[in-house]
Amino acid sequence: MEHIAHNFPFIASALLMGIAFYIILFKKNLIKLIMGIGMLSSGVNLFIVALGYRTGGNAPIYTDVPEGIMVLSVPQALTLTSIVINVAVLALMLTMVIHTYRHTGTLDSEKSRRLKG
Amino acid sequence: MAALITHSPILIIAIPLVAAFLTPLIGMASRKARNTLVIVSLAFVVFLVFALARDISINGIHVYTLGATSPGQTIPTGFMVPVRIILEVDGMSVFFGIIWAIVSLAAAIYSLSHIASETGQTRFYTLLLLMVTGGFGMMFTGDLFNLFVFLEIASISGGALIAYRTKYADTLEGGFKYIVVSAIAGLMVLFATGILYAQYDSLNIATLAQVIQYTTLDKIALALLLIAFAMKTGMVPLHLWFPDAYSVAPASITGMLVITSHACMYAAFRVCFTLYGGVIDAPVVGWIIITFGLLTMFVGVTMAVFQKDVMRFMSYHAISQLGYMWVGVGVGLAVLGNTELLATYGRDAMSGGIFHILNHAMYKPLLFFTGGALFHYTGTRDLTKMGGLAHKMKWTTILYIIGTLSISGIPPLNGFSSKILIYESVYQFHPILTVTGIIVSILTLASFTKAFHSAFMGAELPEYKKVKEVPKSMIIGMVILAAGIVFITLFPSLIVNWAIHPAADALIDQGAYINAVMGAVP
Repeated sequence: MEHIAHNFPFIASALLMGIAFYIILFKKNLIKLIMGIGMLSSGVNLFIVALGYRTGGNAPIYTDVPEGIMVLSVPQALTLTSIVINVAVLALMLTMVIHTYRHTGTLDSEKSRRLKG
Repeated sequence: MAALITHSPILIIAIPLVAAFLTPLIGMASRKARNTLVIVSLAFVVFLVFALARDISINGIHVYTLGATSPGQTIPTGFMVPVRIILEVDGMSVFFGIIWAIVSLAAAIYSLSHIASETGQTRFYTLLLLMVTGGFGMMFTGDLFNLFVFLEIASISGGALIAYRTKYADTLEGGFKYIVVSAIAGLMVLFATGILYAQYDSLNIATLAQVIQYTTLDKIALALLLIAFAMKTGMVPLHLWFPDAYSVAPASITGMLVITSHACMYAAFRVCFTLYGGVIDAPVVGWIIITFGLLTMFVGVTMAVFQKDVMRFMSYHAISQLGYMWVGVGVGLAVLGNTELLATYGRDAMSGGIFHILNHAMYKPLLFFTGGALFHYTGTRDLTKMGGLAHKMKWTTILYIIGTLSISGIPPLNGFSSKILIYESVYQFHPILTVTGIIVSILTLASFTKAFHSAFMGAELPEYKKVKEVPKSMIIGMVILAAGIVFITLFPSLIVNWAIHPAADALIDQGAYINAVMGAVP
């Protein structure tokens, strides 16, 4: 039981990524597709933050630090960068969907499709 | 001058980045000043890349540590491993850097008149320069996380540029597909980076290469990285987004996208040969790459034969040509552990594959540019509606013929020199590879002849009475690439000795890459 509790963040991130891949592959609505990519990025970010976490660790701020272990700061820096990048990606995708909706009047990827073959 | 060369890796990345953010400011003042800024900064980058290449050919791998007291100090005093961001430029990186610098300059010059009638041109150039930054970053970085960051910079700006002409619905669809694929590929790279960081506490490629074990987790990371980069290069069966995105982008951007897909190919090679070079199960991974490479060659060309949209037709050919490179370098990977076979044909196969990257980077953007030139005045990409354009567009016709002969591997053009190098060397590995290669080459020639006939030959059509030759800057952009083709055609052995063999050796010699960062192993 303790084993599961210890690995809980990893199980959660695997679940998030699995659901996200299902949404990306099988959902036809463009907004849902974007939500799927948002979930995928959350799953990956959770995975990376969980890597650096130590139970009972302090925040990695070096001024006036309390006694005890500290969580690793590098994964948090990586995640911060990755979140910023994903905000840009999601914003760009939403912009494109707004334009697509203006042109075609639908959010269904089967109906708004123009390029084939 | 010496200081300029010492700092050139970061300058090559920083100059387009700074220029990108200066472009909107200067663009408010004057259009001419903005265009000058774009062209001058890219031309300066071309100069820097060539200076860096010369330095690498003399002094070996160029390492640049950001924030260190001296750029060569990769490991800070008192540490055992590098903790700073490191740029590492070897023969392979700078080879791709030269290609990227030349093509982005040609594309920027071509854009000057190609997008002259569009709105939001300042934003176009800002994104174009950001894309140049991302591409150079991917090629020069020595750090897995930075690879992800630069991959995303190139992808976001590339996706926005594909959808640049928002007045058409299909551009948005192509751009959306591109950005979705890029986002998924980027997150897979990040996940793999996380797996490797969890085990070895490092993000630096050289440090990781020294300690990597090839555990099950490492195999998963390798699979994730390879799938992500193969997806970004458009390897069959992950190619479905590729023609959609490439056919709708402005032609100058399509030419640049070809090179970003080569940059992802570079990243895949770097992962296979350098990061996993010492431990990889070379025959298995090599055969997987060869099999999918053959499939890519064949599916690409058979889909291209019946396309009617000129840009779409060329995009399928781009997929098919990428197969040659995968096969050439895949054969080199399959015999990586065997020194004897590597010397007999492995190194030649890799050289052929890498040489084909150079040739493809010259003729494929050229062909896309001529496709854009056809679109410029006729306003259609449909080959069945075109005809008799050779009467009006003489330069475009000549440049299209050069590109066609080169892509089909007609001797003595440059496409032939790299294809013959691939055919001869992979024949010794397995004859079926050469047979497929020749069949694909014949189909390529057949379909390009058909497209040439329907676009350029025949009588002048009445609806194209007003069509004239495209503006000067578009011709200059195309002529730069055609000059590259002519130069390689005239001096193939010179290019192979100066550029291709150092690049292939840089991939094979994993130890030198590690030592440049970690110091010689005691």
